Amino acid sequence: MALIGPSGAGKSTLLNVIAGFFPPVSGRVLWDGQDITNLPPAQRKCGILFQDNNLFPHFTAKRNVGLGIRPDLRLSAEDHQEVARALDRVGLTGLGGRKPAQLSGGQQVRVALARVLVQRKPLVLLDEPFAALGPALKAEMLDLVQALMTETGATLLMVSHDPLDAQRIAPETILVADGRASAPCDTKTLLATPPEALRRYLGT
Amino acid sequence: MAARAVAINRAGGGGPGLIAAAFVAAVILGPVAAVLWRAGGGGWPGPADWAALRFTLTQATLSALISVALAIPAARALARRRFAGRRILITALGAPFILPVIVAVLGLLAVFGRSGALNTVLYAAGLPTMQIYGLHGVVLAHVFFNLPLATRIILQGWQSIPAERFRLTASLGMNAGQVMRHLEWPMLRAVIPGALMVIFAICLSSFAVALTLGGGPSATTVELAIYQAFRFDFDLGRAAVLACIQLSIVTVAAILALRVAQSGGFGAGLDRSLRRFDAETPALRLLDAGVLLLVALFLLTPMAAIVMRGGAALLDLPGAVWRAAGISLAVAGASMALTLALALPMALAALKRPMIEAVGLLGIAASPLVIGVGLFVLINPWTNPMLLALPVTALVNAVMALPFALRVMTPQLIDINSEFGNLCDSLGMSPRDRLRLVVLPRLRRQLGFAAGLAAALSIGDLGVIALFADPEIATLPLQILRLMGAYRMADAAGAGLLLLVLSLSVFWLLDQGGRADSDA
Repeated sequence: MALIGPSGAGKSTLLNVIAGFFPPVSGRVLWDGQDITNLPPAQRKCGILFQDNNLFPHFTAKRNVGLGIRPDLRLSAEDHQEVARALDRVGLTGLGGRKPAQLSGGQQVRVALARVLVQRKPLVLLDEPFAALGPALKAEMLDLVQALMTETGATLLMVSHDPLDAQRIAPETILVADGRASAPCDTKTLLATPPEALRRYLGT
Repeated sequence: MAARAVAINRAGGGGPGLIAAAFVAAVILGPVAAVLWRAGGGGWPGPADWAALRFTLTQATLSALISVALAIPAARALARRRFAGRRILITALGAPFILPVIVAVLGLLAVFGRSGALNTVLYAAGLPTMQIYGLHGVVLAHVFFNLPLATRIILQGWQSIPAERFRLTASLGMNAGQVMRHLEWPMLRAVIPGALMVIFAICLSSFAVALTLGGGPSATTVELAIYQAFRFDFDLGRAAVLACIQLSIVTVAAILALRVAQSGGFGAGLDRSLRRFDAETPALRLLDAGVLLLVALFLLTPMAAIVMRGGAALLDLPGAVWRAAGISLAVAGASMALTLALALPMALAALKRPMIEAVGLLGIAASPLVIGVGLFVLINPWTNPMLLALPVTALVNAVMALPFALRVMTPQLIDINSEFGNLCDSLGMSPRDRLRLVVLPRLRRQLGFAAGLAAALSIGDLGVIALFADPEIATLPLQILRLMGAYRMADAAGAGLLLLVLSLSVFWLLDQGGRADSDA
């Protein structure tokens, strides 16, 4: 599921409210019918990737992933195995000992995705974490995300200002414009017959 | 943004920070109350007290005016010239901050003193020799310490002028005078009052300089008068009156300085330089070269004199000097540990309660001599205060270093919070994990720098220890003072060199310790 709309429309705000970083001015956040409005971020059922600063620069890739299992980094032997498996899965076999500064931008994103994997949350939020990547790398990351979501069965909610991202991996899209989020629609239908607000944003 | 500030609330918690702040407030304000209470409210200041006040204000005013007047051409030369060694010179301008006062005084005596280099030259030329003791000696030493500071503050002003403006004036073909009128003078008018106030405020609390180069009824600062009233006459009433005077002038000056000062000259990025087409005339080149040469000579000659005179005496220093050096290192270590133990929780708590940083900044306005007298009064009924001379010195040093440690750590903590606060929250880190895994590793450089500052300031401090010490025990600066008092100038120079080496290397080691192996 994608959230698209012009900048300043409130896409990231919506994501942050769902993730629990700030409370909604009014209204509630429900998960499976349960009110989670006042739960701290870590107790919610979602993992999140921010635009930047997803990794601690002073930890190796392994430890950055390990934080997803135990935030105090007291990892057992099984935990270490799980971290290694997650790094293998995102294509970073053998690079677990490197620090973020020794990894490329794409590899850093992969480390963050490996951490989302080990967190095993049913909902994954992406706040434009690929915005700084080139088009080809971004497409590669989107495909990787899609594959991971299919394997784990988690729901994806991603913010983007690029309708092509939505087209690529999100079957459904929520349009956020003029301070309102419309109900989710089928992405293809939405982009084929854009409403007035979306046309203004797309410039068509 | 408010939501981001909340994040670190869960790191560290406010409790330890509040306790540390209460402790600091008690250390700074408690002794003042004790002095007032013991003196029975004090009396009306006498003529000698007014004279001390007058002298304090006069020397501080002169020191500020002369430092800033000399700093303007120096900063202008640094701003518009590019030359080998420029970066080193700018870095060296930061060094007086951790240079022990007593070492600088020794160096100045070697150059400007009765049998110093300058008088030797003057005598040989048949000119009248100069006398360093008194008002001009005190001002000379203050200019030595504050000319570099003023230069850094004003240089920062110069570099705040966008390079595009200078390019514009060059394309319009303005000469140096026109650039001064249109660009530089408006900047100077904004920067100079702050520089003057900061230096004026610093010079108000002058103790060690006045103790060594001043003295006598005509050249006594209020701080020195407190020391004399206490140490020679044990006149607590008079010490209390003087303490009140000192407290009020320093507080007023500190508030004014904080109001008008734009920055403390601490800022990084002073090594940017740009080509100035208006200043490329031979006369201006010569002028700038001359100014920089004179400033470098003025600052470096006394240091060179210490190295030369002290180097010879260094190897056979009396045992008392080495003992004093050991004591100084121990005091500096304790003071550094205490500074960090107070600064870290306070800086963390200050993220949500800015008042806590204000409590830490009280240390700038506090007078070490006032605190010292107060602590003496408080300790005296229980035990012999002399036994506690060293712990009290470490404590007062820590409180004095605290404002600088806070200024160094707070901006980085705010950055850590805004960069990683949300990530920590989403991972569910506990406050302890956050401190251990995120805050401490990412604060290493600042912790190292603050530790270096605290240790170097403490190792060179000559203040409270002079009040408390008995003849058996001395820190290195006090030992140097005693050697000077006994006219053993060669030993004093050797001990001065030792102190210089100790304070610079302690700072360097701790600062490097924070930098080593730290990832951006």
